[in-house]
Amino acid sequence: MASVGKILRRTFLIGSTAIVGGVAFGAYMVSRPAANPLQPGDGEAALNPFVFIDQEGVTLIAPRAEMGQGVHTTWAALIAEELDVALEDVRVLHGPPAKAYYNTAMIGEVLPNKGYDISDFQHNLGELLGVVGKVVNLQVTGGSTSMRDGFVRMREAGASARETLKEAAAQQLGVPRDQLRTDAGKVIAPDGTELSYSALAPAAAGIDPIEARLRDPAQWRYLGQTVPRIDIVAKSTGTAEFGVDVRLPGMKFASVRINPRLGGVMNGFDDSAARNMPGVEQIVDLGNGVAVVATNSWLAAQAANAIEIDWGAAPYPPETDGLFAEIAKAFDTRANSTMRDDGDVSTIPSSATRIEAEYKLPYLAHATMEPMNATALYTGTALEIWCGNQSPTFQQSTCASIAGLETEDVMVHTTLMGGGFGRRSELDFAGYATQVAMAMQGTPVQVAWTREEDMTHDFYRPGAMARFTGAVDGGQAVMLDGQIASQSCAQQAMGRLTGMQMGGPDKVLVEGAFNQPYAIPNYRIRGHIAELDVPVGFWRAVGNSHNGFFFDTFMDEMAYAAGADPLEFRLALMRSEHAPSAGCLEAVREMSGWTGQTPDGVGRGVGFTYSFGTPVAQVIEVVDEDGTIRVNKAWIACDMGIALDPGNVRAQMFGGMIYGLSAACYEEITFADGAVEQLNFPDYEAMRMHTAPEVEVRILETNTHMGGAGEPGTPPAAPALGNALFDLTGIRARELPFSKTFDLLI
Amino acid sequence: MATSLRINGTAHNVELPEDVPLLWVLRDEIGLTGTKFGCGVAACGACTVHIDGEAVRSCQVALGDVWGDVTTIEGVGTPDAMATIQRAWVEEQVAQCGYCQSGQIMQAAALLAENPDPTDADINDAMQGNLCRCGTYPRIRAAVKSAARMMKEA
Repeated sequence: MASVGKILRRTFLIGSTAIVGGVAFGAYMVSRPAANPLQPGDGEAALNPFVFIDQEGVTLIAPRAEMGQGVHTTWAALIAEELDVALEDVRVLHGPPAKAYYNTAMIGEVLPNKGYDISDFQHNLGELLGVVGKVVNLQVTGGSTSMRDGFVRMREAGASARETLKEAAAQQLGVPRDQLRTDAGKVIAPDGTELSYSALAPAAAGIDPIEARLRDPAQWRYLGQTVPRIDIVAKSTGTAEFGVDVRLPGMKFASVRINPRLGGVMNGFDDSAARNMPGVEQIVDLGNGVAVVATNSWLAAQAANAIEIDWGAAPYPPETDGLFAEIAKAFDTRANSTMRDDGDVSTIPSSATRIEAEYKLPYLAHATMEPMNATALYTGTALEIWCGNQSPTFQQSTCASIAGLETEDVMVHTTLMGGGFGRRSELDFAGYATQVAMAMQGTPVQVAWTREEDMTHDFYRPGAMARFTGAVDGGQAVMLDGQIASQSCAQQAMGRLTGMQMGGPDKVLVEGAFNQPYAIPNYRIRGHIAELDVPVGFWRAVGNSHNGFFFDTFMDEMAYAAGADPLEFRLALMRSEHAPSAGCLEAVREMSGWTGQTPDGVGRGVGFTYSFGTPVAQVIEVVDEDGTIRVNKAWIACDMGIALDPGNVRAQMFGGMIYGLSAACYEEITFADGAVEQLNFPDYEAMRMHTAPEVEVRILETNTHMGGAGEPGTPPAAPALGNALFDLTGIRARELPFSKTFDLLI
Repeated sequence: MATSLRINGTAHNVELPEDVPLLWVLRDEIGLTGTKFGCGVAACGACTVHIDGEAVRSCQVALGDVWGDVTTIEGVGTPDAMATIQRAWVEEQVAQCGYCQSGQIMQAAALLAENPDPTDADINDAMQGNLCRCGTYPRIRAAVKSAARMMKEA
């Protein structure tokens, strides 16, 4: 029993630590407060790494990157809620790369639990593991973690700052702190005397931060409400500054051409034609490619196109078929993981019906609207980088290493991002900008990629295959046994970001399949890693993006084999396993008026994936219009426990679904002669105004742990659509995109 | 040789080869970065501006071919003095990442100038060249309708 006592004690201690997280990090060695990266000058006070007050007013630091998901607005609302400042009166900045801004929620995700069934102990253990994020400097925006990471820490930051300001006022006025109140950026005394936070800032800077209890959610003014986005006016007037909009005095513009056989070398190049082209100032050998520096981005790109380059071979099979042959071979290798093995998949009742299916999903590009870019200024002893990015600490250390500088000699300015979707967690664009800047010492250079360079030099969502076997008996699933094979984007990307090799079972490769909330008595999921050197990375929803399709499509196939209504079939297995998930299915059943029957020319499908702590159910309706199929309507229900900004959650759910539908309908990255064949949007279509469905979103708040919002809308979209297409046509497409099988409106 | 341009009511003389697309004149020469680069092949609409009121893809119009007065998002309104259509964009909270929205607004403004009361089908036809990877389409549609209503009431 001693071990139980020990666990309870640890649970308690971990909980205590979490309460002090944010401003002071508690008792553990790794949870000592990280150095405050904000260096206040005279008359300024940086009360903690997230609140900065000077004579201009209050600035909140939101070190999670704004790529459209609204994190700045909601992160600021978390602080403002406790600090008593009006959201419209504060400035919000990305903040510098710093240990204090590590992501506590992301590392907790590596625990091998299913997520939906975790106990409070496991939840707290996840929070403890979060401090490991500080050790590896994990200041990353991703994994739909921002709100889970910031929910307690940022309110504590706001509350602590408020109480510290009140203490400063108390000392100045000779009034006890508990008789003071705060409102709209001021401390107010019982006699009506008002002191602005700015006026109190210098005194507050000398007071140790004071801990404060968090307010009861019933008192919230911002949280739980839809608040106007703080970036909305700038983004409606063309004044929001993205990475590619950075303009510095004397700045030059560069275009890069990197080996399209990804990871291959450059044997040589002939730039004689390019050197005399208009505007060209310098041509830089990057080792695996070249950059042209010019007076104008377009002139730089034209000259780069005029360079004849002898490219080396790709370090992987040069054709798509060869890549998928390697992925298929991985099924025969020892499983990298068996993250779920309930019951015994080898014994099924003799009366059961067995079904089998094999699925194949393509490599995918991120295709952010703003192509990759970074701006850099190298002085010989220091480097400044301006770019939209999801991982500033890694940008900083990587660029420092390229430039041969100490990390502290590199400043990273994180700008707004024209989309991220995981692509901007990578470091390549800032690395190339560093190389070009080093060749242009003293001159700032913006290195902006063409769309073609962006599309053909991504870190792709890996191509993936799955083999599923199942059995149904008496209208219910009695067995599901799935194998998934793909490259490991987690191992590859973590190696690039941290320089550490990640071994062991890869949870990401099987997420969205092993952890689905179904009480199937015999349920096994195994992952197999295909060893290939195609650059792969985090694509919105990551492993869930393919496994959501594999798993949920197979659930639909089993329902059909069982002669059951596909929605009821899922619900029957889910109710006892995870009530919030079942609630989402029940919600879309009601919202869509689901009857299981559709008139001729109309098809409906249901899709469900639990990912990033959030169950999401979708019903999608397709219509046949003279032989062309259009996605007509969609109903979405989600449950992330607490929806801090319902308007933003609705936008994320719909946007996540559209991102998934774009890929499901049209998108595929293929290889020929080692190079990606898709160059631009005409080869890589997406949902548009006329092809996007009407949608209704319902947010439920019954989940006991907080889930993410930015990614969970993506995984169920492809299976819901595929299931609808099956309902319409009787054809089961087991490969994507659907445009290969169906005549979709484009 | 300098080329004369009128942009947002201001005359500019530009010293660039005449085949440089208007987009790159605006962004890199004039410093009007509200107009965005997305594809360079007229497939995404992010670079949409007006020439004599007509919505055009500025990545496809060579400097030497600019046939009239150019209006960019900066010429439509400013944060302190937004145009009706921009107020509609704020009211409907359209933007997510926001990168495509300058182009969306310029395209919608041209639609409304021509058709003050567009139907859903009209909006589909006019806006389908403007890509949004965040999926803000329902709110773009709402904002176009909201702007139409506000313009009528004005």
